[in-house]
This record gives sequence, C-alpha cells and structure tokens, in this order.
Amino acid sequence: MTNPVLDVQQLSVVLPHGKQALPLVNDVSFSVAAGEIYALVGESGSGKTMISRAILRLLPPGTGIGGGRILFQGEDLLSRTPKGMLDVRGRGIGMVFQEPMTSLNPALTIGRQLSEAQQRHFERTAEESRAAAIAMLERLQVPDTKGCLSKYPHEFSGGLRQRILLAGVLSLGPELIIADEPTTALDTLTQQEVLELMVQAVRDIGSSVLLITHDLGVVARYADRVAVLQDGRLLEQATVAALLQEQHHPYTQRLFAAIPRRDRTSVPGDREADALVEIEGVAVDYQRRARLPWRRSTTTRVLEYVDLAVRAGETVALVGESGSGKTTLAKALLGLVPTAAGRIRFAGEPIRYTQRRALRALRRRLQIVFQDPYSALDPRMRVRQIVAEGLRHAGRDKASVQQQVAKMLAGVGLTDDFGDRYPHQLSGGQRQRVNIARALVSEPQLVVADEPVSALDVTVQAEILKLFDTLQRELRFACLFISHDLSVVEHIADRVVVIYRGQVVETGSRNQVFDRPRHPYTCALLNAAPRLVRESRAYRLLMSTAIAKVPDGGFDFDGWQQRPSPRAAKMVEVDHGHRVSCYLSHNT
Amino acid sequence: MSRSIDWWLRRPNAVIGAVILVGVLSLTLWGAVAPPYSPIALDFDDRLGAPSAEHLLGTDQFGRDVLSRVLSATGVSLYVSLLTVTFATLAGTIIGALSGFYGGWLDRVVMTIMDALMALPSILLALVILSILGPGKTGVVLALGLAYTPNVVRVVRGTVLSIREQEYVDASRAMGNHSVYTIVRHVVPNCVSSLTVLVTAFFALTILTESALSFLGLGVPPPHPSLGGMIADARAYVSTAPWLAIFPGIVVSLMLLGFNLIGDAVRDWLDPRMVGI
Repeated sequence: MTNPVLDVQQLSVVLPHGKQALPLVNDVSFSVAAGEIYALVGESGSGKTMISRAILRLLPPGTGIGGGRILFQGEDLLSRTPKGMLDVRGRGIGMVFQEPMTSLNPALTIGRQLSEAQQRHFERTAEESRAAAIAMLERLQVPDTKGCLSKYPHEFSGGLRQRILLAGVLSLGPELIIADEPTTALDTLTQQEVLELMVQAVRDIGSSVLLITHDLGVVARYADRVAVLQDGRLLEQATVAALLQEQHHPYTQRLFAAIPRRDRTSVPGDREADALVEIEGVAVDYQRRARLPWRRSTTTRVLEYVDLAVRAGETVALVGESGSGKTTLAKALLGLVPTAAGRIRFAGEPIRYTQRRALRALRRRLQIVFQDPYSALDPRMRVRQIVAEGLRHAGRDKASVQQQVAKMLAGVGLTDDFGDRYPHQLSGGQRQRVNIARALVSEPQLVVADEPVSALDVTVQAEILKLFDTLQRELRFACLFISHDLSVVEHIADRVVVIYRGQVVETGSRNQVFDRPRHPYTCALLNAAPRLVRESRAYRLLMSTAIAKVPDGGFDFDGWQQRPSPRAAKMVEVDHGHRVSCYLSHNT
Repeated sequence: MSRSIDWWLRRPNAVIGAVILVGVLSLTLWGAVAPPYSPIALDFDDRLGAPSAEHLLGTDQFGRDVLSRVLSATGVSLYVSLLTVTFATLAGTIIGALSGFYGGWLDRVVMTIMDALMALPSILLALVILSILGPGKTGVVLALGLAYTPNVVRVVRGTVLSIREQEYVDASRAMGNHSVYTIVRHVVPNCVSSLTVLVTAFFALTILTESALSFLGLGVPPPHPSLGGMIADARAYVSTAPWLAIFPGIVVSLMLLGFNLIGDAVRDWLDPRMVGI
C-alpha cells in the first residue's frame, strides 16, 4: 500500500469536566489511502463528527484533542499552528456539510462563494476562478452554469445546493474530502444523484473521501472500506465487501440486524370488509395571501383528487418524497387543514369537519404520531400529563385516567418513574415512545404515523418499529404510515400507496409494489434507495445497474399540469388490487 | 413546581434580588404603618437640613422629612410599577397570543393598531391619556400600561408564531382540544421565557417614566411624593443639599436591581429544563 493520504493514530477527543476529561473519541486509529472512499459508520453520539472536526482542527469550543496523531500526507496536523491550518483547510482537506439549506450564505451570490476560496488559496484572478467554478459546476451537471453564478442560494433546490457546495469544495482540488452525512437531508432520488456525481467527480480529480454516514446502504454502495464506531470507540474496520459477508463485533451485528426487512408477515386487510377510512377525490389547496388586500389570493393545489382506503387493522404506507403531499393528506384526514374537494368517510360515516362535537368524538378514534420527537411534546409538561391529555375528552374520572396512562406507559416500555420526567430528560427513542403512548391511550381505531422513525438512529428505529408492530397486533388499530424510507415501508406495510406531486401514481399490496413495480416513478424510487437484503448470513446490496434519473422538471406522466379535466388521472388495475396511474395505458 | 434550597443556593443572584425586594417591601410597610413624620408636613424653620439624628436623611426645601417621603414614595412607585406591568403583560399576552395564533385578518388589524401605537413615543402617549384622565396614580397606571402593551403584544405574537408551528400544538388539535385550551395550556406557557426578560425591563422603565411624568406635573400630584418627583425637585439643590437626590436615587437603583435579578430567577424557575441546573 502506498502512503495513506490520511493516517489517524490513537486519536482521542476529550471534553474537560472538572478535573477529569470525558472522552468523546477514544483511541481511534484508521487510515485513508489515496483515491479511496472510507466510511465512518455510527449512530448519533458515536463520535464520527468529532473525528472529522478534529482532523480539520475545528472542534467545538470546550472540547480538545486528548492525544494521538493525525498525519495528513505524512505531516502531523496537530503540530501545525492555528494559522498554518488555514492552508490545509479547503485546499488540502475539503469539507462537505450535511445541511445544504444552511451551509451556503444566503446573502452572497453563488459566484462570489465559489470564487472566494480559490482566491484565498491560489491567488487566481476573478476571471480565472470564475472559469474554474464553471468547469466544476459543469462536471457536477448543474444546469445553466453561467447564469447560476449570479444567482443566490435560495433559488436552488436542496440537491442542487449540495452539488454547488461540492463544486466549491472540489474546485480547490483537495487531496481529501470529508463528507459529513452529505445527503441525509435529501430525498431518495436526489441523494442518489448527488452521491453518484460526487463519487464520479472525486474519482476524476483523484481525491480520497472520508464519508461519514449512518446509512449502511450508502456505505455498501459507494465505500471501499468502512469503520464502525460506537461511543467514541472504533469497534471494527474492514473492506465493505468483507463486512457485508461477516460482522465480527456484536454491535455491528446489531446495526445490521436493525436494517428493516420484509420478514413481518403481512396481515392483508379483509378485501371484502368495508374500509375504515375512505378518502375519495380529496384535494387540498394552499392559499398564498395577496400582497395587497384588494387583490385575490393565489391558490396552489398540493393534493390532487386523491383516493385512498384503509381497512380495519391493516397498515397502509404512503410513500413519496418531500413536498409530494403525503403529510398534507394526513393533516386533511385529521381536519388540520381544510380540503378543497372530495369526501372522507370514517367507518362509513362522512366526516364533517365543521361540526365540532362530532369531530371531537371522532378524534379519539383517529390519532396521529408525529415525526419529530423533539417538537411534538410540550416542553413544559411532564410525560404523565402529556399522555393523560390524550384522554381529556374521553369523559373518564381521574383515577381511571391515571390507571390507563400507567398501563399505556408500561405498554410502550417506559417504567413508571418516566411519568414524572420532562421531555428534555428523555432520549429521542423514549420521546417517540411517549408520542406513541399519547396517540394510543384513547384506543383509536386508526393511527396516522407521520414519519415516526425517520429522526431516529437505526437501532432505535428498529426498536420503535418492533414496538409499533407489537402494539398493533395487541390493540388492533389500523395505521396510515407515512414515510419516504422504502426499507421501513417494506418492513411494516401491508399495502403501499405511492404519491408523487400530490397524486397517487401506484397502489397495491407490499409484494406487488416492491416486486413488480409498474410506474416509472416507483421504479426510480426503488432503484435509487440502496437497500441491503439478508441472504443466509451475509448481506447483499440490492440495486439495479440503471441509475434512475429524474427528468428535468420532474416526471410528467400525462401532462397533469395541463390536464383538461381536473379529475385525477385514471387508475388502471394491472393485477388484483394493484393499480397504476394511467401513464401505462398510454404507453403500453 | 417546587424547588429545593439547593436551587436557590446555586443562584446567589436570585438570593440577592429577593433580599433587596424584601427590603424595599419592608420600607414600604414602615412608611405605611409608622413613618417618623408625615411625608407632607411642612416645617419652614428646618429647611434643607442635613441628615441628623432628628431627620435621618435630612429635610427638603419645605422642611419635610426626606426619610418619610422616601418611604411613602417607594410605596407609590411599587404600586404604580406593579399594576402597570401587570396590566401591560396581561393585556399584551392575551392580544398577542390570540393575534399570533389565529392569524388572518384579526392579526392584521391588531398589528396595524399596535404598530401605530408603537410609532408614538410611550411618554407622548401617556401624556395624551393623562391629560384626558387628569394626573393621579390610576391615570399613570392606565396610561403607561396602554403605552407598554404594544411591546408585549409584539414579543408574545412573535413567540406564538414560532410555537404555533411546533408539532405539539398540532397534536393538541388532533386530540380534539379547543383552540382556547391549546393556547392556554401549550402556547402561552412556552412564551414565558421571552416574556420575563421584557417584563423585568418594564418595571425599571415604569419607575423612570413615572418620574418623568411627575417631573412634567402629570404623575402623582404634589404634595404627595414619588421617587421620580423627588429627584426632579432636588435638581435645584444638588450642590447645596445633595441628600435630596441621593436617597431616592439609591432606592430607585436598588428596586431596579432587585426586579432584574428576580426576573431572571423567575424565568429559570418556570422552565422545567432548568431543574437540574
């Protein structure tokens, strides 16, 4: 092996606390070879971000290097002066951050931001750095490269911003790029696009990548070697191929075991049974208020005549990318946003959202679990109060409420003393358990779960999914499960509804949709998500060689924007219960 | 919400604030129950007397006992500032919370009125109201309360706008709770920390503005003393009888310090996240 680009030796990062020092990173050693993509995998708190910050000597205030060496091209970065580090950052080691929405300065044009670093490092003229920026933007396939330089960050989507950010980092030709969860904030299709472009561009300029991620699928697809971290310790490192074959450390095994799988036996709802919830032709408009009071406000249709049914006891997954309208549909169902058209029936009765009393009674039978375990709980209430609030309209006396709350807390696996805690004293997983307890305490018939596990670490996610499954079998509630994560959906759903730009494009049983997807959008989604499947003892990366590419302007199936009749595209039944939007009938 | 002695001991500032306020309160009590002299009794034989055994803080230009006047004035200032701040906080919180939570035309109308009120300097607004109501304690409370309400509305509304987007508010609605219940139970309590900062500042501001109003002859009408009025009257004698300005000045400063320290402590007290800290 040639000299590694980066050689981290027995690195420790500590948080001084009184006389002791709490170790955040403990004796970690690894090395990244030239041209290699090296992945650091771990859950939150594993120290993976701390390591990347230590390499750039950009540790958060209060923390410090406890020991070890960081050799970059043979030179110990820890012996450099703070000023000397300035020449390494950007030029030697580039950094790509997680959040594309905040890592570009909204007040400066793209051109300014891209040339800034070049002028700092290379004494290039404005003209030269502009040319270099354009060249790099072209390599990353950013459309209209010249025009883009005079635009501001808010004019671009998240995926494009991340590509622009990458162009800025790569245009300095760094030997090493640290990418800290570069695509975690992006949709599945965009994630794949950005990663593919990044890997391609990095190979072209011959850099190495230190890829920090929690996603084993991404690791399997893109990385050469991988290190598994937990609580600041490096547990195991291997080539990706070897790790997929065999996991030595018990934690690694748990991490792999936490990958959602299709082992849950599906409980197909009784096909003949009446639907519990029927959503018929529901449309939702968002109004944008006019600037002047006498002007008419403009409306944007975010949900376009959606039909959907959930039968008692079954789990229907609503899949789509951000902005597709899946959360809006859930909110419309709960009456949190007004509908512009259509009918929603619950247990055969149409819901009248304007009748307060009837709605209140209904809401006990119809509950929601929110996505963000942090913002869904009132920070000023104790867990017991939060859960008890779910029974406020149940008309029960205090003692029976307390009893039910205690039962529910035990049901979600929280011991009694958790009842007196405040939300900030709980971990993300515990908070989500409280969220679930609050939703289930009134024993609803339908629970809407809006991305209930997407903010959680993989092992916690697996626990919560398991808990949800257990509770569902016990309490027999139906579930509308909203998610963008296909592996979670594959694990939990009985039926799947794929939604794209406010329209249902495909619906069918889990096996139908996952094994025989018919709509191009569904196919693209399934191709884009790197999924790992277990085969006897080893794992195999499930992917097609074709890289799905979202056409500019999105998929335009049957020109739904200009459709003459406002009625939804016709759904065609291709198999028993498997329906696809009429795209196919045009083309086959 | 109970806090241990430990909680207080870890906040020396809160203890100091509490001690100061208890001191100021006992001064007021002393003034109300058994002042050494009447605060308005004139004695032209003993004008501008320096502090002595007879008059501990000296006498003013009309021979009135400064100590008695300070005690009485402290009571007046406390009364005015407490009522004013309570009035502005209550009115501002209710208006701001409703306006921010419901939004729409209500919000637009309310904010237009508030912006218009804010455009006027609060002292000018108070002057207008007082010239209608006539001078007096009640007038000052109403005038300053009204003048400060828009500030509270703005802060509360801004906080409510961000809280409204939190999922626990949606969760409350999804549970079938009435929106008023949601506002009272989930929204307003979470505004408290941004509110306390403002409210403590208002205590200080009220005492100062009341002084300014007294100075203009629209505050507490003479011969009854107020701290601001006393300082204003003393300006002609600063070089010859400095005690006239110094003692009321010290009490004003102590009150402000006490309110600020206690305000910070109250904010921590109400925040469950600060339990272990």
